[in-house]
Amino acid sequence: MSGAVAVSAWWTPLAVVLLGLFVWAAAALDGVLTARAGGTHRGAALVRPVDATVRLLRQRRVVTLSSDRPLWRIGGAGLLVAALLMLAVTPLGHWTLSDLDVGVVWFNAMDVAVWALVWLTGWGANSVHPLVGGYRFLALALGYELPLMFALTAPPIAAHSLDVGVIAGAQGTVWNVVWMPVAFVVYCVGVLAFSVWGPFAAPIEPDIAGGVRADLSGVDRLLFEGGRLALLVAGAAFAVPMFLGGGSGPLLPAWAWTLVKTAALVAVLVWLRRRLPVLRPDLLLEVGWLVLLPAALLQDLLVAVVAVWVR
Amino acid sequence: MTLQLVLLVAAALFAVGLYGAISQQVVVMVMMGLEVMINAVILAAGAMWWFLAPDPTGQVLILVVLGAMTIEMAMGFAVATLWHRAKNSDMTDAATDLAG
Amino acid sequence: MLVDIVFWVLALLAVATAVLVFVVDSMARATYALALSFVAVGLIVLLLNQNYAGVITVLMMLMEMAIMAVYMVMFMGMNPALMPMSMVHSNRVAIAVAAVTFVLLGGGALLVDWPTRRGAPPADLTAALGQALMGPQMLVMIAFSPVMVATIIGGVVLASHRSRYDRFGDDLDRRPPRDPARGGVGR
Repeated sequence: MSGAVAVSAWWTPLAVVLLGLFVWAAAALDGVLTARAGGTHRGAALVRPVDATVRLLRQRRVVTLSSDRPLWRIGGAGLLVAALLMLAVTPLGHWTLSDLDVGVVWFNAMDVAVWALVWLTGWGANSVHPLVGGYRFLALALGYELPLMFALTAPPIAAHSLDVGVIAGAQGTVWNVVWMPVAFVVYCVGVLAFSVWGPFAAPIEPDIAGGVRADLSGVDRLLFEGGRLALLVAGAAFAVPMFLGGGSGPLLPAWAWTLVKTAALVAVLVWLRRRLPVLRPDLLLEVGWLVLLPAALLQDLLVAVVAVWVR
Repeated sequence: MTLQLVLLVAAALFAVGLYGAISQQVVVMVMMGLEVMINAVILAAGAMWWFLAPDPTGQVLILVVLGAMTIEMAMGFAVATLWHRAKNSDMTDAATDLAG
Repeated sequence: MLVDIVFWVLALLAVATAVLVFVVDSMARATYALALSFVAVGLIVLLLNQNYAGVITVLMMLMEMAIMAVYMVMFMGMNPALMPMSMVHSNRVAIAVAAVTFVLLGGGALLVDWPTRRGAPPADLTAALGQALMGPQMLVMIAFSPVMVATIIGGVVLASHRSRYDRFGDDLDRRPPRDPARGGVGR
């Protein structure tokens, strides 16, 4: 039951490249599903991420009047940084960039950083619709964050450690998702929420003219949209050592299984966007505190009883 | 990174926080001064723990200080909200006379 | 060597952003300068080998500052445009007191004859901290629980605009309750 092996920091570009590939794949999948729902040609949807990237890079940056430029740009660009910092503690098979012994808490800290970043993107533009979007995000965040924190506590209770590599190794043949499904569902809800994706897209909804991303254009827009997808990918990648057994599986090496499981979970999360309606923040607040939080706490109780009993 | 250096940084933070807590007129800014002071206490506690007595018992102090700060902020903002609702003001000078 | 450089960068960042809190013009900038100061101190604590305490400091402070920014905007109500915001009283007294405090504390830090290190850190610090909290230091956890509950109840009671009687009527019998927006679970 050993933890992951920390590799040198020179492997960071590989992590960035893998993140970029997954973000591109997620965007392409989203485009294909949108095209299929809209009845348009699917092949073009596969190339759309590249098209959008090039177009946004060439587009002129719009700046609003008296905007708080440093805070605005930090908010938009920070999402990618937060996603990369999340990936820094996620093992790829047996290797990890940082063998922090409180990796789960670090991941939690990075997803709380998203609170600050999305609000700053909404505030910095000095414009009504992004501000409303930023406040909507904080309202959603108050509802999902505590259940997410308690869902993240369940695998460490079972593995007796906050080290992500140790949690991945401790699962053996019975993955955590099998006997802590409530924690897994609440965790996926949290991932969807902190990437402002799917049912939690109220901060960027068309009814407030795009919300937080209303006044973003050009490279800032690219960083924000890329950051959202990067957070989705990082959240899905973190679910693999926490709930889906890490790199375990027959035939393929550990890193390949990690990538396969991450890809599967990213595909499911992207697909959910078209299946679930966008939730209103004030409705979600009650659901989060009265349904998700007690469920997560009961799950933690069950896991703790099993962990003490088995020992 | 010796104990003296870290404590010097903590002393600087404490002094900045004290300036803020004394000089600011708005309730929220006074609270931010208090936060900076507690920040300094956390840093000093961490430094003294590592350099003088690295026993697990000592780390609990940092958690206690964090908890105390959370409680202080929660109650402070509750009172500030109530005050703002009653008097539509956020100035500490006006709050010295709470009656009426 | 690298640790020393990182420490100096973080220390200067912490003090500079703490000063910026009271100097900048906009409330969002003040709040996030404070957040940056806290993150810097959390990372220094991480450097001092206290992983759990450091990361928890970063986590809690980012969340608190995000909420505090909302409160600052609510109370002070200015737009993000950079308006001059110097609202101080007894500025010179405050600076004098702060300077004297710094000289006293800093002088104490440098001149006191600190004892030598007693004991060595345990091998698995986080596990040792967890076991200390659940064992000899459980009084801390026990004391915190009712204090936290009291804080939640006190905060809600102080800040809540509408009471049960506004929602359920004078005899507490009106169902469904009269709320401006319906809740998500149909209450």
